[in-house]
Amino acid sequence: MSAFSLAIDVTGLCKHFNGKPVVCDLSLQVRRGEIFGFLGPNGSGKTTSIRMLCGLLTPDAGSGTCLGFDLRRQAQEIKREVGYMTQRFSLYEDLSIRENLDFIARMYGLADRHAAVERTLLKLGLHQRSGQLAGQLSGGWKQRLALAACTLHEPRLLLLDEPTAGVDPRARRAFWDEIHGLAAAGVTVLVSTHYMDEAERCHRIAYLSHGRVVVAGTPEDVVAASGLTTWMVEGHDLARLMQELKGLPGVEQVVPFGTALHVSGSDAARLNASLAPFRSREGLRWIETGPSLEDVFVKLSAGTEDEA
Amino acid sequence: MNAAFSWGRFVAVLVKEFIQMRRDRLTFAMMVGIPLIQLVLFGFAINTDPKHLPAAVVVADHSPFSRSLLAALANSGYFRLVRTLDGEGKADALLAKGEVQFVIHVPEGFARRLVRGERPSLLVEADASDPAATGNAIAALGSLAQTVLTRDLAGSLQHLQPGAAPFEVRIHRRYNPEGITQYNIVPGLMGVILTMTMIMMTALAMTRERERGTMEALLATPVRPLEVMIGKIVPYILVGYIQVALIVSVAHFLFGVPMQGSLGLLLACVLVFMLANLSVGMLFSTIAKNQMQAMQMTFFFFLPSMLLSGFMFPFRGMPDWAQRLGELLPLTHFLRIVRGIMLKGNGPAEVLPHLGPLLAFMLAVILLGLKRYRRTLD
Repeated sequence: MSAFSLAIDVTGLCKHFNGKPVVCDLSLQVRRGEIFGFLGPNGSGKTTSIRMLCGLLTPDAGSGTCLGFDLRRQAQEIKREVGYMTQRFSLYEDLSIRENLDFIARMYGLADRHAAVERTLLKLGLHQRSGQLAGQLSGGWKQRLALAACTLHEPRLLLLDEPTAGVDPRARRAFWDEIHGLAAAGVTVLVSTHYMDEAERCHRIAYLSHGRVVVAGTPEDVVAASGLTTWMVEGHDLARLMQELKGLPGVEQVVPFGTALHVSGSDAARLNASLAPFRSREGLRWIETGPSLEDVFVKLSAGTEDEA
Repeated sequence: MNAAFSWGRFVAVLVKEFIQMRRDRLTFAMMVGIPLIQLVLFGFAINTDPKHLPAAVVVADHSPFSRSLLAALANSGYFRLVRTLDGEGKADALLAKGEVQFVIHVPEGFARRLVRGERPSLLVEADASDPAATGNAIAALGSLAQTVLTRDLAGSLQHLQPGAAPFEVRIHRRYNPEGITQYNIVPGLMGVILTMTMIMMTALAMTRERERGTMEALLATPVRPLEVMIGKIVPYILVGYIQVALIVSVAHFLFGVPMQGSLGLLLACVLVFMLANLSVGMLFSTIAKNQMQAMQMTFFFFLPSMLLSGFMFPFRGMPDWAQRLGELLPLTHFLRIVRGIMLKGNGPAEVLPHLGPLLAFMLAVILLGLKRYRRTLD
């Protein structure tokens, strides 16, 4: 893989805050036009990593390039080519939609500012409401506006920090359709998220825990690498079954999924041995499914719920 | 495109600030309203030459002399004779309670001893707990003794007339002959009001960005620190000039403060003074974590500015170390400039020595601010 085809190529990035390591030895290779998912519990270092990639934070150690620009020496060049959508709504709430877009357009020195703003307003369907203050928009609209604002200058790399937090499913779907559209047009997207369905929409993902990448690859790779064996069981009185299964040798997780339970363990033999007596129980239907991405992440984040 | 200073990005920040300022009606109203209220309130209220102070008299000797004496006291304008007491007992209580500022005792046999040439004494007790409140009245008493009895000591008493002093002291009160407090206070208020609004507004404008999270997005754009700083400063210069226009008009039309010097020179000096204060606000905003802290820092700077600059108390009355501290404050130098231009008719030659420290202060603070401005979030 040539360096030219990598949008992000960093190795050994570290960041400490008050002596506490937040990101350790982060190495990341993201290809051009790829949608790369950043997963991990709260406080696992996702936001800090993204901030280092767009030049908002200086790494304590490590080096690399973003769009071919050196992370340390060419922050200004990186900023021109990168669109960064912050976790918190960071447009001016006391400015109207049009004024916000116009401000961003001026910041990036767009040649035809008015045309770019008009185009964006039309695309968003906000043309009629362009005079409305950004602070008065609903959560879903704020998110759409924020995305429009950070793509206004046609960046080659998009960094999205939990862009769909607190947005309804329909708006989330529309949002992801747009992300895929951008990626198809050649934009590289790095997105952090908590949602498993979103992780499955990424070309590749990385799971962070305590500031380290625990596992990375395509969702299929990550599932395969987990070494989990998962049984799905349907039937009645699953609540009691759950209590009975928990703590048995080889049973590492018992997680309810709708009307079924997912029972997983890394050691297939011990798991199967423990489950054997239950397999013949009346009224239960057992199927050996592969683990879902969520099963894998529950395993990865076991004991790391509170990292902040 | 990646120039160190982009006119386009500067204009972007400028336009944004103007829109935000226009939207925040209350703040804008305060920026115009506060100077007016302060000016009218303080301009009329503060008086460093208090007159008509309540006084009680204990007269144990009724005579034409004591009558002339009391009439002269009242005529001086400093004393208002509110009580005439018979005995000594009550006088102490009145002073202690603060009902009167002075008690004037005319002792028994005052007239008799005066005629005999025994130089009787007249006791004046003053409540001197606030020296500024009694100082001028006490000074007036001294000259009163020289002149009050000139008319009564005629004929056979002629020899008791005080002799002429071997030399004459002629006092020429220049720049403010009538000693009108407002001539001193109103121009000073211009500096005080500008100090407060300029520092507070810029400090808040910047920390607000950090508090609302918009700073993160701003830093992610190619904008440079200088563009943000100047873009945020310019709108407040305009606000400052609106305030100055208001203050100068009120000073002229309401208080009749003279404008001896050049208005143009004053406006030019105001610019330097505003920039010095705006840069302080900027510096504070790079240190403060939230708007509350920015506000506290503003007051931390504002109070010494009021007290050590010579606005409230005479600058030369302070010990050397305090004067040196005061010299560091922009307000100290601006007060000399504004009073100099308005009252003394100072020109560039007299103003320049005070402009230098202002410029030096400004440069130092801007350099510090640029160094502290966080280009990143670390």
